[in-house]
Amino acid sequence: MKINPWASPLLIGAVALIFCSTLRAKEVQLLNVSYDPTREFYQDYNRAFTKYWKEKTGETVTVRQSHGGSGKQARSVIDGLEADVVTLALAYDIDAIAERGKLLGVKWQTQFPRNSAPYTSTIVFLVRKGNPKGVQDWDDLVKPGVSVITPNPKTSGGARWNYLAAWGFALKKYGNDAQKAKEFVRQLYKNVPVLDSGARGAMTTFAQRGIGDVFISWENEAYLASAELGKDKFEMVVPALSILAEPPVAVVEKVAQRHGTETVAKAYLEYLYSLEGQKIAAKHYYRPREKGAWASSPVSFAELKLFTVEEFGGWQKAHNTHFSDGGIFDQIYKP
Amino acid sequence: MKIQFKKHSVLPGFGITLGFTLLYLSLIVLIPLSGLFFKTSQISWNEFWHIATGERVLYSYKLTFGCSLIAATINMFFGLLVAWVLVRYPFPFKKIVDASIDLPFALPTAVAGIALTDLYSVNGWIGKLLDRAHIQAAFTPLGILIALTFIGLPFVVRVVQPVLQDLDKAEEEAALSLGAGRFSTFFRVILPEIWPAILTGFTLAFARALGEYGSVIFIAGNMPMKTEITTLLIVTKLEQYDYAGATAIAIVMLLVSFALLLTINVLQWWSRSRHTFTTAQELQ
Amino acid sequence: MTESRFIRYLLLSVALLFLGLFLFVPLATVFTRALEKGGDVYWEAIRNPDTWSAIRLTVLASVIAVLLNLIFGVAAAWAIAKFDFIGKNILISLIDLPFAVSPVVSGLIYVLLFGLQGVWGPWLLEHNIKIIFAVPGIVLATTFVTFPFVARELIPLLQAQGTEEEEAAVVLGANGWQTFWKVTLPNMKWGLLYGLILTNARAMGEFGAVSVVSGHIRGETNTIPLHVEILYNEYNYAAAFAVASLLAALALVTLAIKSYVEWKSEL
Repeated sequence: MKINPWASPLLIGAVALIFCSTLRAKEVQLLNVSYDPTREFYQDYNRAFTKYWKEKTGETVTVRQSHGGSGKQARSVIDGLEADVVTLALAYDIDAIAERGKLLGVKWQTQFPRNSAPYTSTIVFLVRKGNPKGVQDWDDLVKPGVSVITPNPKTSGGARWNYLAAWGFALKKYGNDAQKAKEFVRQLYKNVPVLDSGARGAMTTFAQRGIGDVFISWENEAYLASAELGKDKFEMVVPALSILAEPPVAVVEKVAQRHGTETVAKAYLEYLYSLEGQKIAAKHYYRPREKGAWASSPVSFAELKLFTVEEFGGWQKAHNTHFSDGGIFDQIYKP
Repeated sequence: MKIQFKKHSVLPGFGITLGFTLLYLSLIVLIPLSGLFFKTSQISWNEFWHIATGERVLYSYKLTFGCSLIAATINMFFGLLVAWVLVRYPFPFKKIVDASIDLPFALPTAVAGIALTDLYSVNGWIGKLLDRAHIQAAFTPLGILIALTFIGLPFVVRVVQPVLQDLDKAEEEAALSLGAGRFSTFFRVILPEIWPAILTGFTLAFARALGEYGSVIFIAGNMPMKTEITTLLIVTKLEQYDYAGATAIAIVMLLVSFALLLTINVLQWWSRSRHTFTTAQELQ
Repeated sequence: MTESRFIRYLLLSVALLFLGLFLFVPLATVFTRALEKGGDVYWEAIRNPDTWSAIRLTVLASVIAVLLNLIFGVAAAWAIAKFDFIGKNILISLIDLPFAVSPVVSGLIYVLLFGLQGVWGPWLLEHNIKIIFAVPGIVLATTFVTFPFVARELIPLLQAQGTEEEEAAVVLGANGWQTFWKVTLPNMKWGLLYGLILTNARAMGEFGAVSVVSGHIRGETNTIPLHVEILYNEYNYAAAFAVASLLAALALVTLAIKSYVEWKSEL
């Protein structure tokens, strides 16, 4: 690439501004770029991993954390945020890092067992105390007079799982008739009075503004939120069928290579699959893959039938069909 | 007559200040903004047109420009009033009120948005009262208006305040002693003096409202074709990693805003030169 | 020599009612939510080391942005308000432009320039220079969004004042600097003050643009508004509002500076 003639004066200014970024200690450092509500989970986990790594190799590792919306975090990594590992909300975002940023192989999902998703969650409903509208399953969400709160799947990566869960239910119910499924989802979104841009905004709309009868949410976030907002105000309803939400993890190979942190980055994510790692995930309301760790959770996870995003042919396909501009989600908002 | 770039003046420092202004403007604003055009040039003109004039995009322009215009107008009137009261009348806790005027800037926009939605949604403090009058504020265009008024509040106040403070009381008193009423003194003597400042404040509040995102998304409800602002559509494009599409919409906003800003600035310049011209005539 | 008592009270009450509805009640809401869980949660949120690193970064970025834009604003106001030249309106409109750019886009433009996929990104990586997702990017974005304030505050003020006093000073033999320090600066002190206050407030509160270039690394590249968002997104509502309420303390700083300038000018 040619150096732009404008670059030099700008750079002189920029170099003068650089002083904080040069402060780096000698110990091994990892940057884990994660999505929103995982801070407390990774705080616990990082402590456990640091201890484990010190005992195993004698090396001191410090894990720095970055949290934000999943899509935005992926964009930052593509644009140069130097993440050694990413732990995001959906595989679509890591696919983007692989394809657009070319920072890891497109087959990244085989790096680690179980689709590179060491812990999972599912999509459940939160209703008001006593469940006044008698919401039990997805069918109840399309009834007239039931008001549903869910964020906009086009701006919130997490909310795409909500949409796909509803779609998957409808497909099962109507024997794979896509047209009927579309009608079902259209009915559902007709009952959505406010499309917040993110899960937290939607939660505020539901909990604080008193709008809506049902809030569609990730299971782990529903537990986090009821802990914050008061357990006695809301009830969780688990539908009979839902989607298995698999938040994936990956080593960002190019960056780790440059930092010389490949080994420790890989070990960091592998340790998530150990019993210790699984227990910490359970403690923070994620469903661990290891059934033996389920008991470590402060809550007891309900058994339900789960389908995966493979029903839709994977994230790329699901995204292009449903969430791209002019896709099905846009169509259901056409009058 | 020979057209000159600059009218003659005895004051020094024109070259250096203008030069520095242009340099800094280029470094901080123009060169970075050129990045937008660079990115958009990756798509064809047809695609650009298709993205920039989609049905939902067109609607969002209307909503965004409409609400921003109304909010800036509200701020123009009330901002002038607040500046007037702060400069001229004594009242208890005046200093605290004065110092709080800038807080809409200091509060992170999301916090402002959440706090406003708290108040103006149906079970909120003010929303309850409005609901009784069958007015729904939150999650309607009215909610967007409220948020935009809040974030633009400091502009007119802070731009008019120093000019008012500085205003020559002698002129005003002369007009009064010559028998002009308070009303006509205000319109004939004071208003022409502070008018450029009012317009500046209006322009700034308007421009700021056009691009606002953080506070609006909480109170707007974001329903397609109802309360979807343009910036939200830009964010939607970014979430799909469609940088070119996002910059396409951003460029349309940028060009239209620039045209509007230029129009207002020309109007202001025109009204100023007319004003100086008439005073000059009156003096003769 | 002023309006009748009735008009005065009327104007005053309308102004205060407007401020109440649009400013003070929302502010009160922020404090109520911050203290919802009691004083302990409030102090805990503020004492957190991440909060402190966010405060340090915010202050650093604001100070740099304020200084840069101050120098620019005074220069631009001098050129624009004291001289007549062709293309002035275009120049003023260009100065306004950063306002009309959505904060999301203001961050994006720096990503398009300095990001790994951007114009200078690969070069920067090769030379190991970090601009975005580090402090320089945050400073740049903050400077961009607060760019017009000082200039736009001073231009109408200096225009209203005209050039007679400076011309007199120059004719009497003062040089440029003397004219500026002795004549112009005292005349524009209020405009300068409000310009600084606005720039600083906006610099500290900016979220959108900074959020795009920050990378959100805890304890390193989070400013106060970003830290607030992260707390909120973790369902830590009371803590989020507690940290946000810190920014309201800025009003006290404003109060202090203004009183100081008033006191100085009375001497």
